[in-house]
Amino acid sequence: MRYIALFIILFILWLLLSFNFTLTNIAIGVLVSIITTILFGKYFIYGGIKFLQPQRYFWLVVYLFIFIWECIKANFDVAYRVLHPAMPIKPGIVKVKLGIKSDFARMMLANSITMTPGTITVDIIDDYIYVHWIYVSTDNPEEYSQKVSGKFEKYIKKIFE
Amino acid sequence: MEIISFILICIGILFNLLGCIGLIRLPDVYNRLQSATKCVTLGTCSILLGVLFHFGFNEAGIKAIIAIPLLFFGATVAAHALVKGAYLFGIKLGDKSVKDDYKDVEKS
Repeated sequence: MRYIALFIILFILWLLLSFNFTLTNIAIGVLVSIITTILFGKYFIYGGIKFLQPQRYFWLVVYLFIFIWECIKANFDVAYRVLHPAMPIKPGIVKVKLGIKSDFARMMLANSITMTPGTITVDIIDDYIYVHWIYVSTDNPEEYSQKVSGKFEKYIKKIFE
Repeated sequence: MEIISFILICIGILFNLLGCIGLIRLPDVYNRLQSATKCVTLGTCSILLGVLFHFGFNEAGIKAIIAIPLLFFGATVAAHALVKGAYLFGIKLGDKSVKDDYKDVEKS
C-alpha cells in the first residue's frame, strides 16, 4: 500500500513539473516513478487512514497561517540583528523537551523550529531536541521551551499524530 | 497583477540581500546559518510567488508553486545537517555564546 501511495505522489509530481502530456513523456514518468518507488519505498512514512480525516486538513490550514506569520517575524528579527551596528546577539544551544512521539510529527516540528525566530534544530536525542538559538533570553528551561516550541506543538499534535 | 508581482519580487530581493549581509557580518558558522536559512528561504519564496503572479496558473506558475515546498524542506534539512556536521567536526561556538547544552551529549 505504501508503495502505491508513493508511486501516485511521484507520478503526479512528475506530470506537474514537466507539464507535457504526450505519450512518451508519460511513459518516462511511469518508468522513473517505478524505479524511485523501488529504491526509496522503504523510507516512505505512510500514515494510512489518518490522511483521510478532514479535521486534520482544517488544522493544517490554521497552522499554515500561524507559521507564515512566525516566519515573517523571524525574518524581521534576523534582519534587525544583522543591521544593528552593535549586533545584539547572545547565541547558545539549549535543550528542550518534546511532547510528540511520532517520527513524522517530530520532523515537521524540527523544520518549523528551524524556520522561526532565531532558532535552528541541531539534533534530536531521545525525548530532547537541541536547538541553536541566536538570542537566549532566559535561563529558565520552562520559559524557553515555551518560547521555542510551545506555539507549534499543539497544532502539530492535532495535524500529524 | 503586474504591480503585485513587482512588489513581491522586490521584497524577495531585499531579504536575500539582508541574508547575504548577515552571512558576512555575523561571527560564527551557527549564526551565519541562521541568517542564511531564514532570510534567503523567505526571500526566494517571495520571488517565486512573484513569478506565479506574473505568469498566472500555467506551466511556469505551477512550477514556481512546486518549488516553494521543495525549497523549504531542502533549506531546513540542509541547515540542520550543516549545523550538526559543523558541531561534530569540532567547530567551537563563537565568543559571545552564553550556553551550550549539546556539549556533554554522547555523540554516536
